[in-house]
Amino acid sequence: MADTAKPADTNRPALALHVPEPKYRPGDTADFSHIDIGTAGAQARPDESVHPSQIPDLAYGLVRVLGDDNQAHGAWNPRLSPDTLRQMLGHMALVRAFDERMFRGQRQGKTSFYMKCTGEEATSIAPAMALASDDMVFPSYRQQGILIARGYPLLEMINQIYSNRADKLKGRQLPIMYSSREHSFFSISGNLATQCPQAVGWAMASAIKGDSRIAATWVGEGSTAEGDFHAACTFAAVYNAPVILNVVNNQWAISSFSGFAGGERTTFAARGLGYGIAALRVDGNDALACYAAAEWAANRARGNHGPTLIEYFTYRAEGHSTSDDPSGYRSAQEREEWPLGDPINRLKNHLIAIGEWDEERQAAMDLECAGRIKATTKEAEKNGILGHGLHHPFHTMFEDVYEDLPWHLEEQAEQAIRERITKFGTERPFG
Amino acid sequence: MSDEPATLGENVIAQGPERRINMIEAINEALDIMLTRDPDVVIMGEDVGYFGGVFRATAGLQAKHGKNRVFDTPISECGIIGAAVGMGAYGLRPVPEIQFADYIYPGLDQLISEAARLRYRSAGDYIAPLTVRSPFGGGIFGGQTHSQSPEALFTHVAGLKTVIPATPYDAKGLLIAAIEDNDPVIFFEPKRIYNGPFTGFYDKPVEPWKRHPDSVVPEGYYRIPLGKARHVREGDALTVLAYGTMVHVAQAVCEAKGVDADILDLRTLVPLDIKSIEASVEKTGRVLIVHEATRTSGFGAELSALVTERCFYHLEAPVERVTGFDTPYPHSLEWAYFPGPVRIGEAIDKLLSE
Repeated sequence: MADTAKPADTNRPALALHVPEPKYRPGDTADFSHIDIGTAGAQARPDESVHPSQIPDLAYGLVRVLGDDNQAHGAWNPRLSPDTLRQMLGHMALVRAFDERMFRGQRQGKTSFYMKCTGEEATSIAPAMALASDDMVFPSYRQQGILIARGYPLLEMINQIYSNRADKLKGRQLPIMYSSREHSFFSISGNLATQCPQAVGWAMASAIKGDSRIAATWVGEGSTAEGDFHAACTFAAVYNAPVILNVVNNQWAISSFSGFAGGERTTFAARGLGYGIAALRVDGNDALACYAAAEWAANRARGNHGPTLIEYFTYRAEGHSTSDDPSGYRSAQEREEWPLGDPINRLKNHLIAIGEWDEERQAAMDLECAGRIKATTKEAEKNGILGHGLHHPFHTMFEDVYEDLPWHLEEQAEQAIRERITKFGTERPFG
Repeated sequence: MSDEPATLGENVIAQGPERRINMIEAINEALDIMLTRDPDVVIMGEDVGYFGGVFRATAGLQAKHGKNRVFDTPISECGIIGAAVGMGAYGLRPVPEIQFADYIYPGLDQLISEAARLRYRSAGDYIAPLTVRSPFGGGIFGGQTHSQSPEALFTHVAGLKTVIPATPYDAKGLLIAAIEDNDPVIFFEPKRIYNGPFTGFYDKPVEPWKRHPDSVVPEGYYRIPLGKARHVREGDALTVLAYGTMVHVAQAVCEAKGVDADILDLRTLVPLDIKSIEASVEKTGRVLIVHEATRTSGFGAELSALVTERCFYHLEAPVERVTGFDTPYPHSLEWAYFPGPVRIGEAIDKLLSE
């Protein structure tokens, strides 16, 4: 029982606890006019070797390239070729179509779980394109765009989501917790922010070996509250590690708004300054700004100038996952009112504005994406969907716990075989 | 009794003249050898660099192998283990030191959820070949934050191996094997016996390692396979299952009481040498389990269950567990907590009277 007795002889004021509350809840009219988004092209682009203390404004402002006129502005314009821009748009469109289809697949009972990255496509695809293909990435769970940008086969992604017999992860991981060493893509944990110090450790190893590859990690703004994130910042700063710490500030951690990670007090980019880490705050719905920031940070890391923390200021346009309904905790209007728009529309409009794209081609591309995903989904379904028996042989359950199977797991595997035979009359009831 | 190198299996390549060293020197030597043999081995931890570690386990290693291979870290066990996992993914073979086992808890998520499951969750795409060294156990007036024996937290985790040496010879050979192992290994070093084989008679003068046969350590490379217990003493009256400091305490009590004990130093808790345990229990029919860690859900409970499940019809008496009490490790009453000769002696009497 807490001691609530007030000392009798004091006139000190009563203390009050502040429990953050988002501005808008279901039914409220969302108004984001209080968010200062600055002007595209207004930010200076310092040399990559700059000392973090000289660029505090970049941690509080917003690096933007694409203006309301759909043109690219200012020093941060990465000046990408139209082909590269179309490729970027193609990746983003493919991820969005993929998310739609997989979400539907979960609702149809083909798998247990799915997470979309709708509205945040630019925060993974643009940085992935700015990195070298063998730079190591330590993603969180909403960076499927990296795999798409690196050409990871859609079929493998769907096999993993279905946990079927062709799933390279042998059905062990929750859907979307991909892993591909071949694509320099680290195994996604599902525990939050653990990937941050790991990315720093990988980058340290690369520096120890005199390698030229750098590491990048992604974490949500909510998970920056984890100790791991702060350990990562400390290690990155202490060892001047060649690493990029990407914070995707999509405003929401399931139902908790960014205020519960400290977002009411300062920006997430500003976290970097306290550690002496270069920090950029970027319009996360502006694919060109995302690319430019990642390119700057990659140059900085590769030049041995140290780590960069990038906050991608964006908006999670859909629920956290298939397991929550955002209409239960936030205003349905927020998505439409978000002042930085939709990243795919903005890039598309830019390409159209510079005469390199049109609505017909966009429609054809969307159709092509949908068709490709539909066909690949059908292909994956031949390997099975979750819970319909076409999974990896069940004894694989005991493999890879250790390099070699110890006696106690051998015994437990025998037990499992007995259970199987008792239940089905055969060890392999599904062939 | 010391195992002769030739009896330790095909992986052993012992060489060099006979000389006597303590456990710290043996550990230092193992680290030095592995840094020399394998360019992917790196050592990191609080105070392990220039200073050489608070227990001197890494003394001289930074000067010899350079700051890229042996370096100090921030005071962040989460960061140390997390960075080591990332280094392992790169292809290094990190050997992080956690200054005291009592400090390991901030790194537990990185050990339990990450290192232990990385091979499994990535289907072998990535591994975490770390060896986390950490001094553990009491008997040095370390109070409740420098005395704990948290091994059961780690033996409970699928994917981790837990190794605890009891002699200089074993410390060197087991540490080399742990570093070469491709799975994450928790390597707990019983700090009470860094400098001498403590018998539990704390009021008697400290015995240095140089009088103990297992302080004879070859200079070169050799390894002791993980998962093999050491037969400390052959006997028929009862089986003693112990590890770390308690091997020496139990042995001293048995000798003082004139009990013909069959003593197994388990050396590796996971994977456990169940065959040696079964063979001994089938011979003696009486089992004494000794550990310094708290009793409830301690590793002794696992050992007791295994013996009961697998050797029940050979047992002549209920299995006895001698452990630390279920309290934090007290400072002034350290020896009242410690499972010393009186507690062990009482259990032996009980076992033999049945």
